Amino acid sequence: MFKKIFLAPLFKGNPITVLTLGICSALAVTVKLEPAMVMAASVTLVTGFASLIMSILRNTIPNRIRIIVQLVVIAALVIVVDQVLKAYAYDASKQLSIFVGLIITNCLIMGRIEAYALGNKPIPSLIDGLANGLGFGIVLTVVAFVRELIGSGTLFDIPVIPHSWYVANGGFYENNGLFILPPMALIVIGLVIWVQRSISKELIEKQ
Amino acid sequence: MENIINIFIKSIFIDNMIFAFFLGMCSYLAVSKTVKTATGLGIAILFVLLVTLPINYLLNKYILSAGALVWLSPQYASVDLSFLSFIMFIAVIASITQVVEMVIERFLPSLYTALGIFLPLIAVHCAIMGGSLFMQERGYATIGEATSFALGSGIGWFLAVVAIAAIREKLTYSHIPAPLRGLGISFIITGLMGLAFMSFMGISL
Repeated sequence: MFKKIFLAPLFKGNPITVLTLGICSALAVTVKLEPAMVMAASVTLVTGFASLIMSILRNTIPNRIRIIVQLVVIAALVIVVDQVLKAYAYDASKQLSIFVGLIITNCLIMGRIEAYALGNKPIPSLIDGLANGLGFGIVLTVVAFVRELIGSGTLFDIPVIPHSWYVANGGFYENNGLFILPPMALIVIGLVIWVQRSISKELIEKQ
Repeated sequence: MENIINIFIKSIFIDNMIFAFFLGMCSYLAVSKTVKTATGLGIAILFVLLVTLPINYLLNKYILSAGALVWLSPQYASVDLSFLSFIMFIAVIASITQVVEMVIERFLPSLYTALGIFLPLIAVHCAIMGGSLFMQERGYATIGEATSFALGSGIGWFLAVVAIAAIREKLTYSHIPAPLRGLGISFIITGLMGLAFMSFMGISL
């Protein structure tokens, strides 16, 4: 049973490409692989533990004030993540700038709490949260991989295109600077959705 | 004054919340099926931004940032509460949204029913939290600058959501490859619109 909860969000129920949750804050960090992976890890942890905590508290919170309780729990977790990043990965934290804070308003976290954690036991909620974070991370990583490879010719800042290929060194290759621009993240995601829906036809939207 | 106008123009066109930072994408994709709902949510976002951002500015200036508590007593000069800013900002936004919701319900019932579920959800809208965080990060000098930034980004968000809604209404009649239908094509169109908005880059008054 846990296996099913864990595997569903990775592909068929992917939070970004199928449920359209959590796109807001994440895409601006996909220019390079490294910040994207840091972001994915932070979101995974926050989603998992926010789901766990809210699931433990689910029977004690009055329904009317649950949104603000959720926000406080999420904000507290994000502050922890932010302080840890500032202490141990200062460069990555500078690169992510305001987007660490925006994890609070990431609809993925709120969405999973509302849709799953408030109606289920703590352990499945934790797994659901972590798996959704990972599904989110996979899309982020794919987008960042494409953008960094084509846009800068590097992966994790290590050059992968042979040096002699570049026009400057008498070769034929030039990095496509278009992929560094923010709008290309959206177009790459659109293409990822296209590929995914061509593979599993049941996800295609009805007209 | 010149600076204020500059910030205003810049936040509408160059640093557009949607096309440059993808803030508020979830509700942007959710409400942009018809122009009518898009307009309603756009106005609500503009309004909440305009109220919350100056409040968060004052909060940041007089309570949260390093040495901000000096006005209470000089011995607090070394106090830095900026680690609390996430939780304070979101608390302000959530409570203001609640107040706005009650005011609209009491005095403008028709707008209230038109906005429906989107009104309470503004509390977790990325563009609003993002506005406050950008304000803090860029360190706007006066409350006038912060307010003009709020107005500019609100109008920018409004324009973007109404534009995509109009395009999506027309898309119903076009022939799109099946796997790209709906979500996929909306992403690609938003990307293309973002590229178009980038041609404003470098404008300053």
